[in-house]
Amino acid sequence: MNGFTASELNELRNQFPALHQHVYGKPLVYLDNAATTQKSQLVIDRITKYYSYENCNIHRGVHYLSQEATAAFEDVRAKVAGFIHAAKTEEIIFTKGTTESINLLAGSLDGFLIGTGDSVLVTGMEHHSNLVPWQQLCKRNQAKLLVAELDDRGDVSLAQYGKLLEQKPKLVAITHISNALGTINPVKEMIAMAHAIDIPVLIDGAQSVAHMRVDVQDLDCDFFVFSGHKMYGPMGVGALYGKEKWLEQMPPWQFGGEMVDQVSLQETTFNQLPFKFEAGTPNVAGVLGLGAAMDFLNQTGLEKIGQHEHQLLELAIDKLQSIPGIRFIGSANNRAGVISFVVDGTHPADIGTLVDKMGVAVRTGHHCAQPVMTRFDVPGTVRASFALYNTAEEVEVFAAAVQKAVNMLR
Amino acid sequence: MTIQEIQEQIVSEFSMFEDWMDKYNYLIEMGKEVPRIDERFKTNNHLISGCQSRVWLHAENREGKIYFTADSDAVITKGIVNLLIRVFSGQSPEAILEANTDFIEQIGLKEHLSPTRSNGLVSMVKQMKLYAQVYKLKQDN
Repeated sequence: MNGFTASELNELRNQFPALHQHVYGKPLVYLDNAATTQKSQLVIDRITKYYSYENCNIHRGVHYLSQEATAAFEDVRAKVAGFIHAAKTEEIIFTKGTTESINLLAGSLDGFLIGTGDSVLVTGMEHHSNLVPWQQLCKRNQAKLLVAELDDRGDVSLAQYGKLLEQKPKLVAITHISNALGTINPVKEMIAMAHAIDIPVLIDGAQSVAHMRVDVQDLDCDFFVFSGHKMYGPMGVGALYGKEKWLEQMPPWQFGGEMVDQVSLQETTFNQLPFKFEAGTPNVAGVLGLGAAMDFLNQTGLEKIGQHEHQLLELAIDKLQSIPGIRFIGSANNRAGVISFVVDGTHPADIGTLVDKMGVAVRTGHHCAQPVMTRFDVPGTVRASFALYNTAEEVEVFAAAVQKAVNMLR
Repeated sequence: MTIQEIQEQIVSEFSMFEDWMDKYNYLIEMGKEVPRIDERFKTNNHLISGCQSRVWLHAENREGKIYFTADSDAVITKGIVNLLIRVFSGQSPEAILEANTDFIEQIGLKEHLSPTRSNGLVSMVKQMKLYAQVYKLKQDN
């Protein structure tokens, strides 16, 4: 476990203007990174540069600016493919983010892959974004939603998952890392189990791409989705990776400009991959910002980032566990830099309100994963989630703030 | 006392607090106090939506005045709802409908006014005014 040296960390922090501010007169301690990360100056500058000097619509104009912007946009597509090690650039579809990527899939697969009487398999730890689209698709088709249950530590039971696979769902949709529990699912193993009986698998990578090296070919997932804004990039941009064999066959989801080939008043033929799935003018500035974020992550090193965040997680557990009545929700064997807890006799919202006054930004509530809260019988939790720029000192401030809040509330 | 007078009284009480901790300790103390809602009203029908913590609010009309009782599973939220009850309970529907809530900003709890705020102070005020509206319509008829 190496992580960053003090000077490396300091240098990294200096690239994030938002970190250097005070709230209620106290230095901001930002620990809500699973919701969204702060943006590096490189990302901000890239967006500003685009709107200042490069702005124009892409893929259409023959003029200079359009060709330059199109080239820059397509460069990022190649960069995304490289970042997650996709076999082909055309396998990357730009979207608004994870939620739209999953809705695109649920829309396109409706009737194509999943129909009346079929089933879809998810886990009990899915974010609503990887639950509700499938649940609604199942409702539309009188299909069944199968759910792999969680044990008390917040791990999926692989035995039960295997049993559910025997029901031959048409698709498995599982999160790589739980945003509420921090559990890192053994997705490679789960994918292999599904593939053994020819079931395709979607991995929700919203919480993983910025914290570990993802290799979609090594995982062998059929689909992988993520958001830019949780990886130091801009909001409103993300991607869907799909194996070419799927994307080629799947029908388009949204219709309009860009995604067409020939259009008459009666008929339309559709553009080839990846454009078939990108209707309308895309978020060019967002895509370029995402490219800058990936450059930043590549330079910083995902292995080091993962090590650093794990150190912060261990420190946080160590500091918090001395608080009487604290109960950690989620203690999976393999977990990411997310810590979720409740304290007996206090409400998570009250703790969140008080630590906020001490300059500490954490998330409280159900974290868009209400079934997880139901499973653990809590109204919500307090969640701290770490990013590459957080420090050990910040973890200490956070733990002391929680202790102080608990003292006030009891 | 009128709503305006009660609000001024609260503003004056809060002006004595030197820092946020005193203020929140006071809210927490108030949250631990009753008047709590009758258990039979703690149903989904009485839940205020838009709150991260659960808030139940009940209103009844006695001789032209509205009396509120409430409860919440979060103590700061309960403190805030008790403040609102102190201001609005026992007042006429007209007075409740006309009242502004500037005192919340004056006592330095402005951050709780944002519509997305977890404790849903805005939703509570809206619900109280809604009750007042309903009772006013009933009276007018």
